[in-house]
Amino acid sequence: MPRLPYLIPVIAFAALAVGLAFSLTNDPRRMPSTLIDKPTPRFQLASLDGKSAGLANTDLQGDVLLLNVFASWCPGCRVEHPMLLKLAESAAIPIYGLNWKDDRNDGKRWLAKHGSPYARVGSDESGRAGIDLGVTGVPETFVIDRAGRIRFRYPGPLTEEVWRSDFEPLLKALRSES
Amino acid sequence: MSRPRIRMTALLVASLALAVSVSPSRAVLPDEMLRDERLEARARALGQELRCVVCQNQSIDDSNAPLAHDLRVLLRDRLQAGDSDRQAVDFLVARYGNFVLLKPPLQWNTIPLWIGPLLALLSAIVVFGRYVRRASANAAAPETERTAPLSADELEAIEAILDRRSLS
Repeated sequence: MPRLPYLIPVIAFAALAVGLAFSLTNDPRRMPSTLIDKPTPRFQLASLDGKSAGLANTDLQGDVLLLNVFASWCPGCRVEHPMLLKLAESAAIPIYGLNWKDDRNDGKRWLAKHGSPYARVGSDESGRAGIDLGVTGVPETFVIDRAGRIRFRYPGPLTEEVWRSDFEPLLKALRSES
Repeated sequence: MSRPRIRMTALLVASLALAVSVSPSRAVLPDEMLRDERLEARARALGQELRCVVCQNQSIDDSNAPLAHDLRVLLRDRLQAGDSDRQAVDFLVARYGNFVLLKPPLQWNTIPLWIGPLLALLSAIVVFGRYVRRASANAAAPETERTAPLSADELEAIEAILDRRSLS
């Protein structure tokens, strides 16, 4: 029977290993937004072509909707684009676009080339609106409820799997809210 | 120590001292800097404490990422608008959470981070202290208590070894 003091390093190591193993499952990219359940921060953005209506935070209420942050220079946005187009086509949910830290003309060309899933797009060339939203990179997708509060943030490209596992149950719950 | 060896050691020490004294290159660009040197100095101090949220383990002052640039400019804008250091940092924390702080604040879920190293040091001191006390108690005890005397065979063996050495 080994004495307790000899077991201390073993126990300490086991505790450390368990703790670190647990930490491995945490993806540092998926930080929770500080804005969850808070109203969308105020912004007022021009449109990409400068003619049609742009995007303001006040547009983002009255319905459960998506706010998708994208840029023409972002490869992940190309990856998720077909998914967004499909959602728009099936009218699953209104999608609003925030063209982040992008040249307005580049953004416009990009949408013309690949098709636009967005009901409206705001051009955030300076990136300040994105910073107010706590955006760390593109693509990023926010779910906003009827009252205009941010309920979910998803960093990274939207995929079919993520849509089914993370978004659909949430949207169902949000739509059943009064 | 031989001459060249001393010279090598001196060189090594000097290069180490240099490596320590030279601060890492900063990514702050000239066009970002504020005219007001006092404000710029404050911005630098704060910028080193703020995490670049894209690159994650660099401060915004160290990072070349575009978002780090934006945050540096934003920080300077806040300071110019009259924010205190605290207000400017809180402005970013409101957007990115405590994650944006390289030094985590002291709160219940960060307590292990803060007191962990201290606990490790304390337990090391306790263990080492006990070891030293036991060793010195051992040394103070009479010889017969400490070790069994050598047997006749062992004494003979030692004699043989010592004899051989003195002959050669």
